[in-house]
Amino acid sequence: MIYMQGIQMDLVSEGKMSQMASTEKVRYIIDEVRKGKILVLEKGLNPMEEAKLIEMTMSIIQPEVFSGIEMQSYPSKEDTSILSKIFKRQGNKRLTVIGPANQLKTLKKDRNLISALVSANK
Amino acid sequence: MSVIKRVKVSFSKFFDKLFKKKGACIGIYGPPNAGKTTLSNRILRDWVGNEETMGSVSHIAHETRHAKRRNSISIETKHNTINLDIVDTPGLATKIDFHDFMEEGMSDAESKKRSKEATEGVIEAVKWLEDLDGVILVMDSTENPYTQVNVTVIGNMEARNLPLLIVANKVDLPEADPGVIKEAFPQHPLVPISALEGVGMDSFYEALAKQFG
Repeated sequence: MIYMQGIQMDLVSEGKMSQMASTEKVRYIIDEVRKGKILVLEKGLNPMEEAKLIEMTMSIIQPEVFSGIEMQSYPSKEDTSILSKIFKRQGNKRLTVIGPANQLKTLKKDRNLISALVSANK
Repeated sequence: MSVIKRVKVSFSKFFDKLFKKKGACIGIYGPPNAGKTTLSNRILRDWVGNEETMGSVSHIAHETRHAKRRNSISIETKHNTINLDIVDTPGLATKIDFHDFMEEGMSDAESKKRSKEATEGVIEAVKWLEDLDGVILVMDSTENPYTQVNVTVIGNMEARNLPLLIVANKVDLPEADPGVIKEAFPQHPLVPISALEGVGMDSFYEALAKQFG
């Protein structure tokens, strides 16, 4: 039997996240990240949920135990359509990667690329 | 007080509430060390005077760990005068590692204390987002603007349909490139400034009056 060592990465579909309430999503992300997992969310969180995630992350930071999360999502696309202006459509959610701050490091990020380093060393 | 007088006072208060234009409450947001408190202090120096400051500044991140509000700052521009309440908020972050403060020469105990206070400050800053009429988002022109903090603050303002002004700070530094910030967030107005040196402040106040006046 071959034993593999590494980091678990979960690719989470929009379907799975859409079944959860905002607080459940944030709780789910925090719990998984604290286990040391890297999450890639197909459609990410809305901006209010992102703020809530930052808030909850801050409340559980403990020196030597948990220093927070690394989270990266793309900026919202500029929507200049007339319909968008009339109905003030909210920013479309885009792919998001989240992991423990001591294991996930963003190397480069721009409008259409997120390049990250995942480390097994805590 | 006679009945007629009481009715008059009630009506007066009602119409005051209905028509009086209250000064907008604007939050100054951004990642740690972008220059939020330096900008707040510059605004106070320009429009309040008397040596009043919003807070101390430091090269060590998370110097501001509590939000501070200054009410009724009257700002005159070429075209109008606006009255604003300004809230200087602690730098937003998704991680706070006390080792970073130790690297700056702080003791273990001091670093852990600062780290704890910094996490509380971030929570306070996030909570303030719900009570504002608009945001000045301060970015460091020498840094990559595509940070999660910037994306989240801009997303929150767009979702709430509230006005936002991006400030590309630290243009006095040779490596500053405000054009990169404009390219990243083209849908929002941007003003390049140096809050430290007072560069670009006239344009900043004009943009402020236009966005929040």
